[in-house]
Amino acid sequence: MERIPILKLGDCLLVTIQVDMHDRLAMTLQDDLTERIVSQRARGVLIDISALDIVDSFIGRMLSNIAGMARILDADTVVVGMQPSVAITLVELGLSLPGIRTALNVDRGMALLAAARHSEDTAV
Amino acid sequence: MILQKPHELALGSQDDVVMVRQAVRTVAIEIGLSLVDQTKIVTAASELARNTVVHGGGGFARVEIMRDTGRTGMRLTFEDQGPGIADLEMAMKDGYSSAGGLGLGLGGAKRLSNEFAIESQPGKGTRVTITRWKG
Repeated sequence: MERIPILKLGDCLLVTIQVDMHDRLAMTLQDDLTERIVSQRARGVLIDISALDIVDSFIGRMLSNIAGMARILDADTVVVGMQPSVAITLVELGLSLPGIRTALNVDRGMALLAAARHSEDTAV
Repeated sequence: MILQKPHELALGSQDDVVMVRQAVRTVAIEIGLSLVDQTKIVTAASELARNTVVHGGGGFARVEIMRDTGRTGMRLTFEDQGPGIADLEMAMKDGYSSAGGLGLGLGGAKRLSNEFAIESQPGKGTRVTITRWKG
């Protein structure tokens, strides 16, 4: 079965979506990620969508679901690399991606995840 | 005026939704739509194609290139023989969903298009037509 690879980077999981996703593939990614967060004790999830040339309501909902489930499992999610034309279209579509943190690129996304962990660790 | 023989694509599964997205993208590039307009029409097509598969039980999509007094555009038609929509006004509202989605499909597709038309008869099916003009 076709799957989107999930890489482990320190205590983060990195996903780069490089294919035009059909809905089943999106659902599989959602399930796989949730499992990996638990099995690898990940604290952060970084999803790179720079290769996606559209985000429709289904993919938007998948991203929101991943962020929500990760949150419950004590991991932060950052979506990075959204193309400007995708951002413009998402706003017009009416999708504001609630609960999803975004960053311009992978570097900034990793910095955001590191900062979130640091502030949590110092709070404890 | 329709310029060339339209592409017709069957919509029976999620994989067909991907095929429709790719066909719409190809034609959008062919007629010279800007990247933002390409993205809008492909996104609208994705929403409507999914509606045809999920709500309509399958059907087809038609992609046509249009020329009208010097302007160029593309028209997409999505048709199914599914259960139809009893309350069109309700179905167009953001946040209304009969299938556990986000309920942005129809309203969102309308906002992403220049022209939007929907016809539906309960028990007979639904046809949605959208047009995006260049420029």
